[in-house]
Amino acid sequence: MRLKLVPQQTSFDFFSRWKIWLGISGLMMVIAFASFMLQGLNFGIDFRGGTTIRTESTQPIDVGAYREAIAPLELGDVSITEIFDPTFGPDEHVAMIRIQAQEGAEAVSADMITQVGEVLAAADAGLKLPFESVESVGPKVSGELIQTAVIAVVLAIGAVLVYIWLRFEWQFALGAVAALVHDVILTIGIFSELQIRFDLAIIAALLTIVGYSLNDTVVVFDRVRENLRKYKKKDLKEVLNISINETLSRTVMTSVTTLLALISLYVLGGDVIRGFVFAMIWGVIVGTYSSVFVASTILLWLGVKRDWSKPSNTAGNQFANIDA
Amino acid sequence: MLQIDTWKRVLIWSVCVIGLFMALPNAFYTRVETSNDAKAAIELGVDTPENQAEAAEWPNWLPSSLVNLGLDLRGGAHLLAEVKVEDVYESRMEAMWPEIRDALRDERATVGTIRRQESPPDQIRLRISQPEGMPRALEVVRGLARQVQTLSGVGATDIEARAQGDTIIVQLSEAEKLATDDRTVRQSLEIVRRRIDEVGTREPTIQRQGADRILIQVPGIGSAGELKEIIGTTAQLTFNPVLGRGTDENASVGIGEKLAPSLDEPDVYYTLDSSPVVTGEELVDAQPAFDQNGRPAVSFRFNTSGARKFGDYTLENIGAPFAIVLDDEVISAPVIQSHIPGGSGIITGNFTVEESTNLAVLLRAGALPAELEFLEERTIGPELGQDSIDAGKVATIVAFVAVLAFMGLSYGLFGIFANIALIINVGLLFGLLSLIGATLTLPGIAGIVLTVGMAVDANVLIFERIREELKSAKGPARAIELGYEKALSAILDANVTTFITAVILFAMGSGPVRGFAITLGLGILTSVFTAIFVTRLMIVMWFERRRPKTIEV
Repeated sequence: MRLKLVPQQTSFDFFSRWKIWLGISGLMMVIAFASFMLQGLNFGIDFRGGTTIRTESTQPIDVGAYREAIAPLELGDVSITEIFDPTFGPDEHVAMIRIQAQEGAEAVSADMITQVGEVLAAADAGLKLPFESVESVGPKVSGELIQTAVIAVVLAIGAVLVYIWLRFEWQFALGAVAALVHDVILTIGIFSELQIRFDLAIIAALLTIVGYSLNDTVVVFDRVRENLRKYKKKDLKEVLNISINETLSRTVMTSVTTLLALISLYVLGGDVIRGFVFAMIWGVIVGTYSSVFVASTILLWLGVKRDWSKPSNTAGNQFANIDA
Repeated sequence: MLQIDTWKRVLIWSVCVIGLFMALPNAFYTRVETSNDAKAAIELGVDTPENQAEAAEWPNWLPSSLVNLGLDLRGGAHLLAEVKVEDVYESRMEAMWPEIRDALRDERATVGTIRRQESPPDQIRLRISQPEGMPRALEVVRGLARQVQTLSGVGATDIEARAQGDTIIVQLSEAEKLATDDRTVRQSLEIVRRRIDEVGTREPTIQRQGADRILIQVPGIGSAGELKEIIGTTAQLTFNPVLGRGTDENASVGIGEKLAPSLDEPDVYYTLDSSPVVTGEELVDAQPAFDQNGRPAVSFRFNTSGARKFGDYTLENIGAPFAIVLDDEVISAPVIQSHIPGGSGIITGNFTVEESTNLAVLLRAGALPAELEFLEERTIGPELGQDSIDAGKVATIVAFVAVLAFMGLSYGLFGIFANIALIINVGLLFGLLSLIGATLTLPGIAGIVLTVGMAVDANVLIFERIREELKSAKGPARAIELGYEKALSAILDANVTTFITAVILFAMGSGPVRGFAITLGLGILTSVFTAIFVTRLMIVMWFERRRPKTIEV
C-alpha cells in the first residue's frame, strides 16, 4: 500500500475565490511591511556593526548579574540574552552578549574583550574562558554588507525574471516575480514581527527561498504551458486549474520532503543556525502557497497569448522550445 | 524503447564510482587528516618515525583530499583588515625631501634659499626666496620625477610639482598613487603571510579582497586578539637623529622634525629629525638576545648599504644621541660612543623575553608598509565548532532517514531506486567538494540538508509523470519513457532558476554564505545528474531483467 498525501485525481477549484486569496496575500504583505516600518528588523552585527560574545557557563545564567557586571565598563548599548536549546547538556548555559560598535573604532579591541571576560568571571564563577565565540564587525563593513545583500536579492529576482521571460512569456515572468516579491516580503515581515535576529545567513536563506519558490512556480507553469497547447479550446481558468491539480501531488511531495529535512535541522541542528533554518521553513510554506495562489492568479489576471501554433517574434520564443 | 547505450551505462556508473571514491577520505576524516599532516611534515624534512607511522595510516593509492572545514566548524580566527595605503604617501614624500633639497641647493644662484613649509602629510611645500627663479626650480624638481608604468597613461611620472606664488608644491601623481596602493597592499599581504608562517599555524587563508583589504583566516588559533598582535603591529623600525628631549607632549617642533614619546619613560618626549638615518628595511637579520647585563634584547644586522649609512653616521656624530624608533615610539636613545662600522647592533629596552622574541620575529619578517585597520574579526572556539559539527551530523542523518523512509513509503520500489540515487548524490556532492577543495561551513551543512530534501524533487516530478502516463494505459515501458521525456523541461527550468540564485549568492556572498552557495550549486548539479541518469539507468536495468507487464509507481 502506497502512502498518498494527495489522492490520485483531484479537481479543486483554486480560483473560485481568487479575489479573496489575492486579498489575503495583499493584506499579509501590508502587515509585513507595516511591521517592518514600525519596529524594523532586529539586525545582527553583520548589518549594524558591533560585537557579539557567546559565553558558556556551568551555572544557570543570571542576566541581571551580567548586566550589572558589564555596566561599569560603559560600553554603550549592551543587550544580553540567554539561549536555550534542546541540544545543550544539563550544565551548559549559554548567553549572547551584544555590544554596540564603539566610537572611533572599527573592530573591537582585545582589551575590551579581556575586560568583559574579567568582570563576567567575577560575576559568574562557572564562566568558561576564553569565550566560545567573539565576533565583531565595524560600521564600515556592515554598511557594505547591507548594500551587497540588497543587490544580491534584487539581482537574483532580476535574473529570474529574465530567465522565465525567455523560457515562457512575459506574463509568466511577472506572475513568478510577484510570487517571489510576496515571499521575500512575508519572510522579512515575520523576522520583523518576531524580532528574530536578521544577519548575513538570513540573506542566504532569502535567496534560497527565492530559488525554492521559483522551483515550485516553474513546475506549475511548465504544466500550464503544456496544457495550453493540449487544451486549445478550454479557457485559461480551467487550464490553470487542471495544471495545478495535475501537479498538486508533486507540489505536496516535494514540500513535505524538503520540510522533513529542514525540520530535522531545525530541531537538531543547534541554535547557531536556527534562525537560518526557520527562514527556510517559513519560505518553503509561503513559497508553495504563493506559486499557486499568487503566481497562477496573477497569470490568470494578466491573461496569456493562446495561439501557440504561430511562433511570435516578440518574446524570445526560440528559447521556449529547446526541450519541450 | 527503453534503451541506453552500453558506453553511456559505463560512463554513468564510472562517474558514480569515481565520485564515491573521491568522497571516501571524508568518512575517515581524522585519520586522513593526521596522515596528510604527517606527509606534509615529511616533505618539509621532518622525517621522524612518528611522522612515518602517521603517514602510513592512510595508503598512498587512495585519494586524500578532504573537504575543508570552515572556521565556524573547526574554530579559529577570522580577520578582515584594511591597509591604510595613504600612510605610504607620507614616507614616500619624506624620503623624497633630501633629494629635492640637495637638487635645489645646487641651483642656489637662481632660486635663492629654500625653506620647507607646513604641509599636509602627502605633500612637500617649500618656499624659495627668489620667486623669479621659479621656472628653473620647477624644472629641477620635475627632473627628479621618474616614469611610472601604467595601463592608461603613457608618460606619467611619479611626482607632480606645481608653483603657487613663491611656493612649490610637490606630491605624488594619481598614477603613482594607484601604483603605490597596489604595491602597498601586495607587500602587506606578503608580510602578513611571512609573519603567520613564522608562527607556524596550519592552513591559514590569506587573501586580498577588493582594492585595499586583506582577509586572514587562521584555523585553530585561540583568539583574533592573538592574531592581531602578530600581524597588526606595523614594526617600522627607524634610527633617527635626536634633536631634543623634553616632557611636553605639545612641544612645538620645527618643520622636518617630529615628536615621539618614549616607550618606557612616561612623559618623556623626544624631538627627532623626521628623516631617518637607516630603516628596518635594511635589516637582514634580527634575533632575540641578551645585553651585557643579561636583560632581554634584540640583536640585528644591516645589509651592506644600511651598514655603510649607519657606519658613516656614527662616525660623524660621536657623542650625539640617536633614537631607535619602533612605530613612532622611542625604544631607546643611546649616545653614540664610537664609530660602529660592522653594521650590527643590539636594541635594548625594558623587554620581557617574550617581547624580545616577538620583536625579533616582526623585524625579521619585515615591516608592514602601512598600518592595518581591522574592520571585522571573528573568533570561534573549537568547542562551539565541534558542537556544530555534531549537531549538523545528527541533523543530516535524521533528515536523510526521514526522506528515505518517506520516499520508500510513497513510491515503493521506485522510491528505493530514488533513495539509492539520493545516497549516491550525497556521495558525489562530497566527492566534488573535496575535489575542488571547497570549504564546508555551517550554512553549507544546511545546504546539503536542503539538497537532500530537494534532490528528490526531480525524481518526484518523473514518478508523478509516470503515474499520470500509466493512467492513459500506454504500457509500462512507454509510460516510463514518456515520464522522463515530459518531466525533463520542468526539471531543467526549476533547477536552472535555483542554480542562478546559487551563482548570485556565490558571487555576492562572503565566508559562510559562500560556503552555502557552493554546496547548494553543486548539490543541484549532482541531483540533476542522479535523477536524470542514475535512477533512469537503475529503472531500465530492472525493467530489462524483469519485463513486468504492469508496474506500480
